[in-house]
Amino acid sequence: MATASLETRENRRAWGFVTPALLWTIAFFVIPFIVMAAISLATRKGREIVMAWNFDNYIEFFEKAHLLKGLFVSLEITFTVTLISVILAYPLAWIIAERVPQKWQRMALIMAILPFWTSYVVRSYSWLLVLAQNGVINNSLIYLGIISEPLELASTRTATVIGFVHFFVMLLTLTIYANLVQMPPNYRRAAADLGANGFQVFWHVVLPLTLPGIMVGAFLTFVLCIGDYITPQILGGNNELALPQVIMLQLGRRADFPMAATLSIILMVVVTLAYIACARWLKMERT
Amino acid sequence: MISSRFSKLLSWSYLIALYGFIFLPVAVLVLFSFQDGRLPVPPFNGATLKWYGEVFADSRLMSALGNSLMVALGSATVACVLGFCAAYGLARFVLPASRLQRGLLIAPMTVSYLIIALGLLTTFNWVGVSLSLWTVGIGHVVINLPLCFAIIYASMGDHQKNIERAARDLGAAEWQVMTQVSAPMLMPSILAAFFLAVTFSWDEFIIAFLLSRFDVTLPVEIWSMLRSGLNPKTNAVGSVVFLVSVALLLILELIVFRRTAKK
Repeated sequence: MATASLETRENRRAWGFVTPALLWTIAFFVIPFIVMAAISLATRKGREIVMAWNFDNYIEFFEKAHLLKGLFVSLEITFTVTLISVILAYPLAWIIAERVPQKWQRMALIMAILPFWTSYVVRSYSWLLVLAQNGVINNSLIYLGIISEPLELASTRTATVIGFVHFFVMLLTLTIYANLVQMPPNYRRAAADLGANGFQVFWHVVLPLTLPGIMVGAFLTFVLCIGDYITPQILGGNNELALPQVIMLQLGRRADFPMAATLSIILMVVVTLAYIACARWLKMERT
Repeated sequence: MISSRFSKLLSWSYLIALYGFIFLPVAVLVLFSFQDGRLPVPPFNGATLKWYGEVFADSRLMSALGNSLMVALGSATVACVLGFCAAYGLARFVLPASRLQRGLLIAPMTVSYLIIALGLLTTFNWVGVSLSLWTVGIGHVVINLPLCFAIIYASMGDHQKNIERAARDLGAAEWQVMTQVSAPMLMPSILAAFFLAVTFSWDEFIIAFLLSRFDVTLPVEIWSMLRSGLNPKTNAVGSVVFLVSVALLLILELIVFRRTAKK
């Protein structure tokens, strides 16, 4: 009897510690999400939001080309960025792990991720300085007499991709580096002893062992890239809109909360699908 | 031998090229914040501190800076306290469905900020809460709580458990154990969580943009400055923001570094 009451008292105390954080998460994360999901089933009549409890917004999304295109633009940009970032980051991580002396490696990594800590807004503005019509690249090229007319670099998809790649090369370098240094050097020595040449060692031993790091980094890239509004807005301009830009457009000019909520839910479904695919792949890899 | 030297050369040039790419925008940003002229692009006309003077004389920017600091420190404190208590409760006691609870606390980390902001915006609209720095702070706690919880929870090892038990046996009340024994032992990771949370809140844009109205934070104010195009003053304020983030990270690095050195 005595132990039971002690346990209940212990338990009550434990709940006292956990409850505030749980309540906060429920009140400001779970409930808002439910509200948003509910609003996505409403319709907008003038400035009023009327609960209709139907999927008209979702049907509209697939019927209206400018909405659906946002998703495809976002997916295209995200896949391009992920691919380029992996290709650029892998050699960098390898060089830091293999060629840079041990005691400098930490420093090299800190340096590599330093610009990571500027806000999206400042970082995108910095790239605008470089790429704008009167920016660093155009002015330098004109000054050197290589071109006479400024190149159209900003307000293009290329600019968006450059801005994103800049950010995610740093991120992927970290995750791939973490994988590379974990790998015991014996594996490679064994492969070399068995007669594999440099390329074969890389292709059959090193690459498969670092794939998890690549996948984790690539997944993070995917999630952060597809949900970002700033980079495409500042660097890509209004020529073609990515999904987050379409969402913000619904909010701003039209105050169409139901459609914005619908698009957000769709964005979240896409991210969740990517997560499931990634988790399944990692699980398969392990077994 | 030649091929090894060649591959070494190739590696180092690649390293330098990529570091150049990574640092190019930051270098341009900072360099042309000193530009003596109206455009922050080459040619560089000479150095001046005029634009920094303008930044610090701009009352809107300065109040945005104050707001940013307030929101960052406030939301990081709340996130750390909530995260620490939850980590303490979940690591030290046996609770039903503790996996589910941990999952719930971590969940906001997997959702984009845009969606968190939009959910809060629709909810605040629906309930009738008007937007202010408070609502921004609430949003920032939502994104920082998972981070603080995860960092502090991960550092709660078993060896600290015995010390806590000893304190309890010596007659300390639970809150005394928590504040006078556990918290000091876990201080490095609590501070790490705190400074990381401050950095995230300080740099965050989309939540601050959607959940504020009249008083705004610094990234939102910078966003509205962008409409006027390239301007050395924007460079100057961007450099200030960058410098503060780097300073916060240095503090963090020193704390983490000290901890690993102690071990």
